[in-house]
Amino acid sequence: MRTVYLDNNATTKVADEVIDAMMPYLKEEWGNPSSMHDFGGHVKQAVEEARAAVAGLLGAKDLSEIIFTSCGSESDNTAILSALQAQPDKKHVITTRVEHPAVLAVCQYLERKGYRITYLGVDNQGLLDLDELERNITSDTALITTMWANNETGVIFPVEEIGAIARRHGVLFHTDAVQVAGKLKIDMKNTPVDMLSISGHKFHAPKGVGALYVRHGVSFRPFLRGGHQERGRRGGTEAVPNVVALGKAAELAGAHIEDEQSRVGRLRDRLEQGIVESIPHLRINGHRKIRLPSTTNISFEFVEGEAILLLLSDHGIAASSGSACSSGSLEPSHVLRAMGVPYTYAHGSIRFSLSRYNTDEDIDYTLEQLPPIIARLREISPFYKKEHPMPQDTRGMTNRQTAR
Amino acid sequence: MAWDYTDKVKEYYRHPKNVGEVEAPDAVGEVGSIVCGDALRLTLKVDPETKIITDAKFQTFGCGSAIASSSALTEMILGKSLDDAAQVTNQQIADFLGGLPPEKMHCSVMGMDALEAAIADYRGEEHKHTDEDEGKIVCHCFGITDKYIERAIRDNKLTSVEDVTNYTKAGGGCGSCHDEIESILFRVRSEQAKEAKEHGETPRKKKRMSTLQKIKLIEETIDQEIRPALQQDGGDLDLIDVEGNEVIVAFRGFCSGCVASHLTLEGIQMKLREVVLPDLVVVEDRDEQL
Repeated sequence: MRTVYLDNNATTKVADEVIDAMMPYLKEEWGNPSSMHDFGGHVKQAVEEARAAVAGLLGAKDLSEIIFTSCGSESDNTAILSALQAQPDKKHVITTRVEHPAVLAVCQYLERKGYRITYLGVDNQGLLDLDELERNITSDTALITTMWANNETGVIFPVEEIGAIARRHGVLFHTDAVQVAGKLKIDMKNTPVDMLSISGHKFHAPKGVGALYVRHGVSFRPFLRGGHQERGRRGGTEAVPNVVALGKAAELAGAHIEDEQSRVGRLRDRLEQGIVESIPHLRINGHRKIRLPSTTNISFEFVEGEAILLLLSDHGIAASSGSACSSGSLEPSHVLRAMGVPYTYAHGSIRFSLSRYNTDEDIDYTLEQLPPIIARLREISPFYKKEHPMPQDTRGMTNRQTAR
Repeated sequence: MAWDYTDKVKEYYRHPKNVGEVEAPDAVGEVGSIVCGDALRLTLKVDPETKIITDAKFQTFGCGSAIASSSALTEMILGKSLDDAAQVTNQQIADFLGGLPPEKMHCSVMGMDALEAAIADYRGEEHKHTDEDEGKIVCHCFGITDKYIERAIRDNKLTSVEDVTNYTKAGGGCGSCHDEIESILFRVRSEQAKEAKEHGETPRKKKRMSTLQKIKLIEETIDQEIRPALQQDGGDLDLIDVEGNEVIVAFRGFCSGCVASHLTLEGIQMKLREVVLPDLVVVEDRDEQL
């Protein structure tokens, strides 16, 4: 059976070049970069080359601005807690309702520890109101933390403008750029962001490695205390093979960035257009222009997302859903709810996310397989009457018996 | 997340049997709503003489296991008399499918509810369900009443808030009703223990065990049954000491200083009394509190 992977916002295939680059550091070059002898020396050099590659991808001014971490979540945790520990008198954080759990859960934790958190809402396109953001800044505000692009909808936040506002008020600004690295050009030299998180496995490195950019001059407190690794900013022996892999993936991402935006963007548009033309009763979630070129989030009315995913998976197609059942909770995606997507649509949302490994054939195959799956599930659904779609107000069933 | 569905569940959502609507149905049962994320419409044809279900069809909006549970239900009741069909429980639906993941048990409960609604419809009775059963709404996210939760606890011998959520969805939204569910659990379980006693069932014999055995069993129970639930909510629990029948614990993470910790404490005590010794008292270590 053909397999088509359209779940690249969840994780990506590890690039062959990346595997080749990291293998020697599993097999031969297993030294500790902190050692004085040559076993360590070679390895230390590889770690620093990887740092240069990551700095290159992010457009960082100085190599010392890059801290290797174990994942995007660690980068987010580190950035937020560091900002607060460095400013112990300030007890207010501004974030958004649509953040990744790696940020939201930390903010909820901080709330319980006595911090005040402002969760900014988004409009029905998934966009922020920057005036509202600015109005919420007080002399007590320690940090603004917003994502750069949303993992579920691909909607992009204007980090340059948010950063400018933060600067104007002397507030630190952290952004979770996990979905942006490798997809949009990042130029930290000219972007007013103080800290930025990335994750390797979202751009063809393996799982278990990420990085945190900390602008030179921003005061920092480590999250993981230990040895002097990463200039004392992150204890723990470096995961050398993973770090080397991240460096290689960063180098490849830089080389493919045009391709990601043009070719992958065209594939996404073709997929989206094809779905819109062949399936009735759907909506695209998120601003059509201000979003990543690789992502589309589509809600199919009258059917439930997990059922769609299971049947797609039977045909070798991998995607994901913001429905309640597939999220492991009983509520549909917090992102779609924040955008005010009606429940009738939220439960039937599917995210397709592409990468540079996707082809035209992948899109053809998906466009062939998806419509009959939706049609089949709609036939099973009590809310769908093919010939006569029910008027909006009677669509929701109640627990009452049917009056016959 | 990928669910651990049995082959039979997969077979039933891939190729569901009895999809659709019977013509001129004698009974219709509708439960759930598109807002809640799943809904089932069950239509039956019933022989007026024998009261045997001669045809059953379903339409379901929901996940794979909801479709499978609905289809399984129609298979199970076809050819049964209404009285026999009324005996079908949600557990039997789950068993028919070779089991369901715990988080998906509410799919089988939905099947049972729809069947009850259909039978009530046939008999011209009013089907009392969730927000209409005259109980008080506990879970506002899903409109679930205390009576409905109570029944699920009794029928399925549920012991934790997580169980209640898995079977009824109550508490699966904003989570603000967890304390109330905990109180209902505590009340129903206490009542059940009392009823068992009155029915002459011998109460559990007081076990004799050494202090070491007792502490070990308490530790195991905390590790296996209590801690995982707390950790799901970002909390944790340490066993500080056991003095006689007093179990001294300290909450960590989100649990520490949480206003609801006395309710959590009740739940822990209930569990330990059930598994270890019925006279245990769980107290929070005051020195440990911030």
